[in-house]
Amino acid sequence: MQNGDGERIEITISSRFENIELVQVIAEHLCENAGLDEDGSHWIGMAVREAVANAIKHGNKLDVRKKVNATFDLRGLDLTINISDEGQGFDPEKVSDPLSPKNLMKTSGRGIFYMKTFMDQVRYSFAPGGGTSLVMTKNLAKGTGIATSSKH
Amino acid sequence: MKASSRIVDGVEIIKLEGKITIGAGDQQLREVIGHALAEGRTNILLALSGVTTIDSSGIGELVGSYTTVTNRGGKLKLLHLPAKLNELLHVTQLITVFEVYENEQDALKSF
Repeated sequence: MQNGDGERIEITISSRFENIELVQVIAEHLCENAGLDEDGSHWIGMAVREAVANAIKHGNKLDVRKKVNATFDLRGLDLTINISDEGQGFDPEKVSDPLSPKNLMKTSGRGIFYMKTFMDQVRYSFAPGGGTSLVMTKNLAKGTGIATSSKH
Repeated sequence: MKASSRIVDGVEIIKLEGKITIGAGDQQLREVIGHALAEGRTNILLALSGVTTIDSSGIGELVGSYTTVTNRGGKLKLLHLPAKLNELLHVTQLITVFEVYENEQDALKSF
């Protein structure tokens, strides 16, 4: 895996679902260019997708006037991703566990779980005047939380 | 997302292609299932080899579809799961909920 100079990419999008893919593609290309394989890049792209979707839907309430900002910082093999929105925030402790039997059949509530599965660390911070900032980190030399699975 | 369907042995096989993601495909999936149920077809096999991207919203719609069909006395099963979708279902333990098949004939016999 290549270990070149640092890279920083920043993008700001309006709160439209169709903009999610722009951010996801940036994440995947950044990882691939750093030498991560397709699978690894895909899962990091998925984490970014979930984060941006949450920022648009839950943070900015689909208000197209509100922005989502994404920054990608790659230092060696350490990737730091910041996704911020203009929303009112939420209590991460109150996010339900999608693996709990009572939640298994719910139609929502898996986004943060996926982020935590694919990334090394996921942290939220909330500005006093409004705005949520999500920081996800990943060492590209480590695997993801996805194991090879068998089918019927 | 594109959806095409055919009926074999009383089972509606719905082939999904493209993305099942928030704002793009998730709502369509719900509509496709709703249409099948409205036509009285309660045995549904979702053929998923053509699904290129799915996110947690898409997973949620699969779960919702399963619940809706089951509550109508029907069965919803999955065919030709792409590897990454298979992994997403495993991670969230939803693989224990769905019956998943690699062979269409085996899937049809199971209804």
